[in-house]
Amino acid sequence: MQSITENDLECIQIQKHFGSVRAVDNVSFEIPKGSFFSILGPSGCGKTTLMRMIAGFEQPSSGDIRIKGNSVIGTPPNRRNVKMVFQHLALFPMMNVYENIAYGLRCAGASKDVIRTKVHDVLERISLPDVANREITQLSGGQKQRIAIARCMVLDPDVLLLDEPLGALDLKLREAMKIELKLLQHQFDTTFVYITHDQSEALVMSDNVAIMNEGKFVQIGTPQELYHNPTAAFVAGFVGDTNRWAGRVIRAENGTVEVETEAGLTMRGSVRGSGAPGVGDTVSAFVRPEFITAEKTTGQPKVADQTHNVISGKIDSILFNGANSRALVRDRAGELIEADVVLTGGTQDLKPKDDVTLSWSCEQTMSFKG
Amino acid sequence: MMQNDIKRLSLFLLFAPFALWIILLIVLPHLGMFYISLQEKVGPRVYEFGLANYINFFNEPIYWNTLIRTGSMSMLVTVLALLLGFPIAYYIAKIAGNRTRGALFLMCLIPLWVSDLIRAFGWILLLRETGIISSSLQWAGLINTPIEFLYNDAAVIMGLVYTVILFMIVPLVSTLDGMDNSMIEAGYNLGGNGPTVLRRIIIPYAMPGIVSGCIVVFMLTAGSYLTPILLGGKNSSWFTEQIYDQFITRYNWESGAAFGFLLLAFTSLVIWGGLKLSGQTLNSTVARS
Amino acid sequence: MIMKLAIAGLLATTVMAAGPAQAETLRLLTWGSYAPDELVKKFEAANPDITVEVTFSNNEEMIAKLRATGGAGFDLAQPSHDRIYAVQQEYNIYKPLDLSKINVDAMQAKLLDGVKANTTIDGEVYAVPHQWGTSGLMANKTSAPDVKAWGDLCDPQYKGKTSMRLKRTILLGMAFDMGEDPFAAYADLDKYQTILDKVADKLISCKDNLKAYWKGGDDLSAMMMSGEIVASETWDSTAYKLHGENQDIVFVPPKTGALAWIDTFAIPRKGEADDAAYKWINFVLEPENVKIMSASTGAIAAVEGGKDLLPDDKKAAVNASFTDDDINNLKFFANIPAGVEDMEGKTLEKIKAATGSE
Repeated sequence: MQSITENDLECIQIQKHFGSVRAVDNVSFEIPKGSFFSILGPSGCGKTTLMRMIAGFEQPSSGDIRIKGNSVIGTPPNRRNVKMVFQHLALFPMMNVYENIAYGLRCAGASKDVIRTKVHDVLERISLPDVANREITQLSGGQKQRIAIARCMVLDPDVLLLDEPLGALDLKLREAMKIELKLLQHQFDTTFVYITHDQSEALVMSDNVAIMNEGKFVQIGTPQELYHNPTAAFVAGFVGDTNRWAGRVIRAENGTVEVETEAGLTMRGSVRGSGAPGVGDTVSAFVRPEFITAEKTTGQPKVADQTHNVISGKIDSILFNGANSRALVRDRAGELIEADVVLTGGTQDLKPKDDVTLSWSCEQTMSFKG
Repeated sequence: MMQNDIKRLSLFLLFAPFALWIILLIVLPHLGMFYISLQEKVGPRVYEFGLANYINFFNEPIYWNTLIRTGSMSMLVTVLALLLGFPIAYYIAKIAGNRTRGALFLMCLIPLWVSDLIRAFGWILLLRETGIISSSLQWAGLINTPIEFLYNDAAVIMGLVYTVILFMIVPLVSTLDGMDNSMIEAGYNLGGNGPTVLRRIIIPYAMPGIVSGCIVVFMLTAGSYLTPILLGGKNSSWFTEQIYDQFITRYNWESGAAFGFLLLAFTSLVIWGGLKLSGQTLNSTVARS
Repeated sequence: MIMKLAIAGLLATTVMAAGPAQAETLRLLTWGSYAPDELVKKFEAANPDITVEVTFSNNEEMIAKLRATGGAGFDLAQPSHDRIYAVQQEYNIYKPLDLSKINVDAMQAKLLDGVKANTTIDGEVYAVPHQWGTSGLMANKTSAPDVKAWGDLCDPQYKGKTSMRLKRTILLGMAFDMGEDPFAAYADLDKYQTILDKVADKLISCKDNLKAYWKGGDDLSAMMMSGEIVASETWDSTAYKLHGENQDIVFVPPKTGALAWIDTFAIPRKGEADDAAYKWINFVLEPENVKIMSASTGAIAAVEGGKDLLPDDKKAAVNASFTDDDINNLKFFANIPAGVEDMEGKTLEKIKAATGSE
């Protein structure tokens, strides 16, 4: 299986069955050289199984995995040039930092001098030049993270797999490590495959993200594509915050639909995803809070038109979070709708119990059949 | 004030059983034994204070040969128990499912439900010339005349390994259990093959369990009595037999007490050496698991 | 094991000495089968104020137990006649018997006099006989018809098919077989040492001929019944038992004489129920009780006509083994002088440790 390709990693129609359970179902993707690729999905979606197949700890039931164009089916894990950063890092506690990093080089049979140079080199690159002789227990969480990456990178892998490595860190450190990981990836110019259930990690760091659900890849794209142009209801609901209505089409015309929600609201939306819903079909409609404008109801109420939905309601509560503050608005049908608001701290700010008018563009009302 | 007294009293009450146990059952008897071991018999009901019993031991090659023999066979048993116990422990801790685990542990425990004596008789029934193994080999046509498997050092070693292996498996399982599976996977992922992962990762990680298992097994073996006596052959002397003979058959408590202390000193020395060699401490091994 | 011995030793001293026995309890320290349930129940029925507690043991352990407590913890012990004199001198664990309280007339005069002679210190008698038996040879008549003497265990024609217990009995038996009289040599321990050295050489060269040393009646019986061995040193009672199951297996008194032991009654120095002890002694001397006892032990009671009080099968086995000549040729174990146990122990260790001619 030799083919000339620019892709570091290709998966072709991978399937993995555990008994009757399809953990990974017909997944195909390719990752170009030097990119940061994330697989994002809820827990139990099969992403860990997929990663373990790439690393060689599991064998796919069918399909092919190619690294730099060469099939690795049947190659044992220790012979694949794919390295992995484990969820809990799996640093070896009985070895110090130097030995942890040198382990892989020793396995590869490198000479003592080469090992020393390479270990010190990689420690320089992760900006921890002085920790070589520390014990693992003496390192901070962030340092451990970097050592775990260095331990893999010193072996110059074709692909680096990262299995939710930030999960165990506290919030502040996690934010910092997100940026750091991205920088490290640039610096090493190696393909990173990053597995996570945390959309913000995936969106911030990745060049491309695959959304995985129930063993299948639902959509692959850049973070912006996924956020703004989801091709499936699952993606729209899973990536980013959103308001969601289930409803029925009461009118449909080239690309737009009028939807009546279960609670009785009517709104116009743009049809997304595959399949054009006809009158009477059930649809899911999604609107992100940042696209909804909330204004105090004044004497002259706005009215809905061809391009905008308008409804009125009363503010139930205000969730203050600085620039990301949000209002929870109860509409006439009794549902809660989330809308981003700007709170300046002045007297004009919206307060609970205020009557408000919500408006958003029909284009931003993403409607999916089914 | 009152509170403090109550606290102190309850602490004392908690500590008392342990202290009593240590003092009454361990310290006092050993002091008594040590005192007896320093008595030299010079005539009926006449004793003198001296080291003759210890000197006697070193002057008589039979005694120290038996001690060395007991020591080296105990080490062999320890090594065999480790070699056999490690895969079993690894299987229990890392491969078996949760439910089979309990069953496997139980199977390892079952031999301990019967006494040493019964276990030894079990082996005798299996191994004797007219025993089960010999007869089935004959029945299968593999041998023509009955073979005696009993009454030799191999039988003693096999019987001892069988008796003590659980004490090797338990600490090994508990350390291996604490080892994250991803540690092993990381070992492979970074390029190690099976032997490398075993040698560089699993064994170093399990070292505290290995050492603590070895200490317990070595002590139990060197101090065992029934198994070597019942399964042993014409030439297989065991040091505890020597001690028993001194105490019981020869009425020579003084010398028996000295032998007891020599066995204690010898096993302690071996264990100290083992700890030094493996770079472990008692705290990191026996006290931990 | 060290620990167990240490604890046994020291705890025995403290605990047992501390617990005073109730006057109506008879604590009996004796051999396995020497206190059959039937007899104990009968005794308790006849003496409702006495309960009997039995501890089974052997010569060495009996002495070790009593030594640990200075003769406390038990009210009646049954060591062999040769294990009293030196032990009493060394450890002072028995008290003199009041012969007026014992029905000595029921005892066979020759055995009584022998035991009295063996156990009198400063004019005080410390033991009276209870039962006697012998150590000798056991052989399977069909496969080893020629076994007649101790030395025949070393006969190459039975290579790998004989056994013995590595204890003092075989040292003494082999000494007689080599034409020595070890009991006479007790008076001259240097001479005894040369005999022991000779015996050791013989037994070391004989090692190759043995299958294994037996450790107790069970393994000896198993080896003999399965045919793994054809001849062995044995206790007569074991041989009689096997004779009952396989008529080919017989007890053979060695031609130099079977070694005879007499188990006795002796009262520990700190015994607390002397009257009950005397009652028990007299009770088991009664002919109908002797029958029950002998059926259980397989040994012959030291009463007049003791042999006739054996159960029929045992009597037949004895008659099949012993002629009158054999009885007259019995060698009763002589008192063991101080120091002999140590000499014999060393010899036994030497034999055990030797790799023989292998």
